[in-house]
Amino acid sequence: MTEKLSFEDALAALEAKVEELSRGDVPLDRALAVFEEGLALYRECHGMLAQAEQRVTKLVAATDGLREEPLNFE
Amino acid sequence: MNTVAEPGPGAAEPPTALTVSELDRLLRDTVRANPLLNQVLVRGETGNVQRAATGVVFFTLRDDEAQIACVLFRTVAEALPFELADGMAVLATGDVDLYARRGEVQLVIRTVAPEGVGLFWATFQKTRKTLEEAGLFAAARKRPLPAFPRRIGLVTSERGAAVHDLVTILRRRYPLAAVVLSPSLVQGAEAPASLRRALADVQDRVDVVIVARGGGSLEDLWCFNDEALARAVAACPVPVISAVGHETDVTIVDFVADVRAPTPSAAAELVSPNIRELRELILSLVDTSLTTIRDLLRDHRRGLALAGGRLSPTSLQQEVHEDGEDLRRLGRGLRDAAARALRSAAERLASLDGRLDAVSPLGTLRRGYAIIEREDGRVVTEARAVNASDSLLVRLRDGRLHVHVESKEEEP
Repeated sequence: MTEKLSFEDALAALEAKVEELSRGDVPLDRALAVFEEGLALYRECHGMLAQAEQRVTKLVAATDGLREEPLNFE
Repeated sequence: MNTVAEPGPGAAEPPTALTVSELDRLLRDTVRANPLLNQVLVRGETGNVQRAATGVVFFTLRDDEAQIACVLFRTVAEALPFELADGMAVLATGDVDLYARRGEVQLVIRTVAPEGVGLFWATFQKTRKTLEEAGLFAAARKRPLPAFPRRIGLVTSERGAAVHDLVTILRRRYPLAAVVLSPSLVQGAEAPASLRRALADVQDRVDVVIVARGGGSLEDLWCFNDEALARAVAACPVPVISAVGHETDVTIVDFVADVRAPTPSAAAELVSPNIRELRELILSLVDTSLTTIRDLLRDHRRGLALAGGRLSPTSLQQEVHEDGEDLRRLGRGLRDAAARALRSAAERLASLDGRLDAVSPLGTLRRGYAIIEREDGRVVTEARAVNASDSLLVRLRDGRLHVHVESKEEEP
């Protein structure tokens, strides 16, 4: 399985699509394909933002070094 | 020499008037000859500190009821391990003397050292000087913060307002990043070592670190002036934001950190992109690409219309049909995007849908444009293709007009 795209990478890819489109020398077929790829990236970015749930952990010393334990506030 | 102005009766000689210089010299000799006034130890608060171009420092020492002028000669002033400033409580040693030019008694300082809070301040200045000379405050050393941190390390107390503020704000602004707390003491004698250990524990697990503590007294915040801690912050492999106390509190760690935040809350905002702005950013990117596509389609259609005369009706129909397919695909994609979009962005997306509408010829007609055709159905795009007295068809949103050309003017 390929590693999940980070938000930063997905956003950069989306920006690249928009830039490719705006260069203006793209044939219509290609432009529509790029637009759809951009739309898919938009959905990916949007999904990440909508579903993000912050993970907060605390470093705890253990016999085999440090461990990260979930930390809950409130 | 008799210097008494009104001698008693039977005085042998009349009094002699002294020059001012002579009087001052008399005073000076008297003061200098008094062993009680040499190498005195005096406690007071500094004020009115002034540095002369020659390197001599003038100031006054005061208590609640009195003051005395003091002078620090250049060699003494330069050797001080701290910066003399107004309002410092100090212990000074020196010799009382008379400054004849102003007829003023002054204390010529041999040594001066801060007391109490002044001692804190003096140590602070010394550490600051050492680290500054080591180049640790140089602007060139400051690293930019990552634009999209994946893991944010917090070096602070597990209990306390700072960690609560940090986590709350980070959750609201950028829940995409994981937060790793490395608990530490943040006051007391053990705190500097504890902070160093907490930093060392977390620095290889995150891509940015916030070293934070809520407000407190000078003594409470003192551990953040520790030289070894400052060096550890400077050596940290990832950028460090310092956020200690309130806006007005400045610590040595602030100087070595890559970014100084006035408060822990401000640090959380500095380190995290705002999710709301990111939503707007990605929407505006879709918006931009949609505008580009719309323009492309419009140009394409204009090209088709121009080529209309030369194309066979069948191939033209086919092109238009394919165009229609593209438009429908575009519409589907956009409706999908709209369906997933946030409620807050619904308005923006609705306007995007409107723009898509505008791409189609029907949308163009709705916006008040007309399509002009010849009687054989060919679209007219240029005045020079039309002659006076031609009959044309004008298509509007809700019907068509049959018109007759009276005259024409061509523009170059």
